[in-house]
Amino acid sequence: MYKRNPLSAHQLKPLALFFAALTVSGSALAWQPERPVEFVVTSGAGGGTDTFARTVQSIIGKHKLMDKSIIVSNKGGGSGAEGYVYSASSPDDPYKLTFGTNNEYLLPEVGEMPYAAADLQPVAAMAMDEFLIWVNGDADYTSAKDFIDAAKQNPGKMQFAGSQSKDTDQTLVSMIEEATGADFRYVPFNGGSQALVQLAGGHVDANVNNPNENLGQWQAGMVKPLCVFSPEQLPKGEPVYQGKGWGDIPTCQSQGIDISEYRMPRTVWLPAGAPEEAVTYYQELLKKVSETPEWKDYTTRTVQTSRFLTGDELQQYIDDNAKSVKKVFEQEGWNAS
Amino acid sequence: MNNLSLLMDGFATILTWNHLLIMVIGVMLGMLVGVLPGLGAPNGVSLLLPLTFTMDPVSAIILLSCMYWGALFGGSTTSILFNIPGEPSSVATTFDGYPMARNGEATRALTLAFMSAGLGALAGVVMITLLASSVAQFGLKFSSPEYFAVYFLAFCSFIGMSSSAPSKTLVSMMLGLAFATVGMDSVSGGLRLTFGIPDLVKGISFLVAVMGLFGIAELMVTTEEGLSFNGIKSRIRVRDILRTMAELPRYWASLVRSILIGIWMGITPAGPTAASFMSHGIAKRFSRHPERFGKGEPNGIVSPEAADHSAGTSALLPMLALGVPGSATAAVMMGGLMIWGLTPGPMLFITRPDFVWGLIASMYLGNVVAVILVLATVPLYASILRVPFAIIGPVIVAVIFTGVYQVANSTFDFWLLLFFALLGYLFKKLDYPVAPLVLAMVLGHRAEEAFRQSMVMSDGSLTIFWSNSLVSTIMGLGVLMLVWPLFSRMLGLRGWRRRLQRQKPQASKPATPDSRP
Repeated sequence: MYKRNPLSAHQLKPLALFFAALTVSGSALAWQPERPVEFVVTSGAGGGTDTFARTVQSIIGKHKLMDKSIIVSNKGGGSGAEGYVYSASSPDDPYKLTFGTNNEYLLPEVGEMPYAAADLQPVAAMAMDEFLIWVNGDADYTSAKDFIDAAKQNPGKMQFAGSQSKDTDQTLVSMIEEATGADFRYVPFNGGSQALVQLAGGHVDANVNNPNENLGQWQAGMVKPLCVFSPEQLPKGEPVYQGKGWGDIPTCQSQGIDISEYRMPRTVWLPAGAPEEAVTYYQELLKKVSETPEWKDYTTRTVQTSRFLTGDELQQYIDDNAKSVKKVFEQEGWNAS
Repeated sequence: MNNLSLLMDGFATILTWNHLLIMVIGVMLGMLVGVLPGLGAPNGVSLLLPLTFTMDPVSAIILLSCMYWGALFGGSTTSILFNIPGEPSSVATTFDGYPMARNGEATRALTLAFMSAGLGALAGVVMITLLASSVAQFGLKFSSPEYFAVYFLAFCSFIGMSSSAPSKTLVSMMLGLAFATVGMDSVSGGLRLTFGIPDLVKGISFLVAVMGLFGIAELMVTTEEGLSFNGIKSRIRVRDILRTMAELPRYWASLVRSILIGIWMGITPAGPTAASFMSHGIAKRFSRHPERFGKGEPNGIVSPEAADHSAGTSALLPMLALGVPGSATAAVMMGGLMIWGLTPGPMLFITRPDFVWGLIASMYLGNVVAVILVLATVPLYASILRVPFAIIGPVIVAVIFTGVYQVANSTFDFWLLLFFALLGYLFKKLDYPVAPLVLAMVLGHRAEEAFRQSMVMSDGSLTIFWSNSLVSTIMGLGVLMLVWPLFSRMLGLRGWRRRLQRQKPQASKPATPDSRP
């Protein structure tokens, strides 16, 4: 239904080369922003991606890493599609630094989006957010195994609350079903905080929120984690509730759910036609950001794994990630044909 | 009483010249943001957020929350003076506020609105101080079926009271529901009614629609009627403000009812917009003179304003007590909390009492500061109406277009604005009511979402809406509201009810948080 702008990447390359030539024979002068840079945030204010972008903004401001100022604009409509469409609509603009997750390349897979994944080029991935299985603080289950056994006895009755439809949460729930043979019901709410309220209120049986989304409520014992989808246990930190901390949570694999790793990258993008020098500039800038103590604070507090990826390494990660998720999409028949 | 001593500690934290100055600045910025249509409280607060990165958390939250109060007050100003709601939650204020201003009583309308808003906000803060944890637990009882029931009640308390033909009300509401459908459907993840236009992926912004339907359409009608606001002859005297304040106790029944509705909507969190629509509808329903509504009835200003502000204030309770946002603005503030290094959640009361109780104390002071500042500007605002229309008209058009661009930096929204302006003009000419369309646009999407989530939970069985006492009570109230006019006419209950109301004016207030069995 959507016709993509025929004037796409390959036609714009000459234009990009022309601009590159304008910047005085290549590398003699590195690219520098000449006007304020717009941080396009593909979530509403207060969401995980918003906190990510604003933390980067505050670090750049504090350490004066960039001369020009930063304008943050929240474009979270359509599960973040609004922001990607907005950036893709100015195909060579190096001033639209776009913050997101893996939804940049997953959204066009499940719905007919007015942008294609290739309309934006990856600049960097800065952190990996973890996923856990959470249940109500008063639930009887003491381990993920108990939980899965209970689910097997009530096929189709146990409910998972998630952020959106056909998103990372629902994908993970499908993978859990595939790995264990249990059958769940998935209810999409609007965002992680609603999925949390529904769990704390006892209206659903579980959710797969990120650590930061449930931290405050775990502290109060309203919800509790059963297992984490990472290859190793999380780093030992301060105890959160009743002497238990993030490091005490077993991996899901050790609990008999055969998914060794499921993570969500925090990514930064530019329109596909933006000059290479600009990409390099932002990569260096974000690298500096990721080396500050404030960044370490942020990742520790939100229990994310700091991992800085650029270039081929990043592309490889994206390809692998997209491939594994697409397999689930195909199984579930979610693909937009 | 432990809470009270903690509150006193909070006052001790914030009563410094530094913090008072931040309060005044926050309120004034907020008023500016609220008066400019399109900017709105959530946008205003997120614009200010970067400034707070270097501040200590207590000062930062005072600045942001005071800006929020100011914006809530500013939103009512343009509703009353120009029929342009600055915030979605002040739409209901236009129904009676604007007619009163047109009748030459702008000062009275503004004073009524600000005073009842201030009272509503204070009631909300008192509730937070005394009942924080138990009321927050009540909010947790709400799941999708209960949300749907609340929206159902909001619709029911509002429709059926329209003075237009029922079929026209129906047409208007259906159009509103259709506009609410545009964009991504969160339950299936697919796009609906976007017609291949990339700009429609984000849906139709309610603010754009309202500025066209109310603002521009109103200007078109005014131009047609001879380029004049009737407010020109009104004289502005400080005595008018004081006299209006003295008449406020007369509306105590509306005030109490609306504050209770507002607090309930704030904590559950259906939000200030649902609260203001619902309390305007209910005020009209239980009024002895429902025919006066829409023509400048004081109860029609007092009710939505008190509800809007008590809901706006109570919406901060889920944020403090549970760590979940109760409104769009609260979501921005929670984002701020994380960047300042705090973890929003129930433990915040224990880990950072200085922050929580400082914020609550600043809510008392901030609202008092806001009422004083905003009342001081009444003569200024009211005198805007004395400027010849030939000057103020074009200025309003320019402000509206700027505001529309602010919403999403999208030039496509200009075309939407013009479309809605024409639609609004057509509605006026053909005597279709605009209010049902607006109500359906605001609540339609969320009502649909809640309904479909409930259907997923129940495997498609409607009995989920009668599955526990809470949801059954709210649904029952909704049905009652819907059939009440029919019922009372059939049984000749009107006279009986009137007699009853004379003795006990608040007899028929709706469910309050503590009415749950």
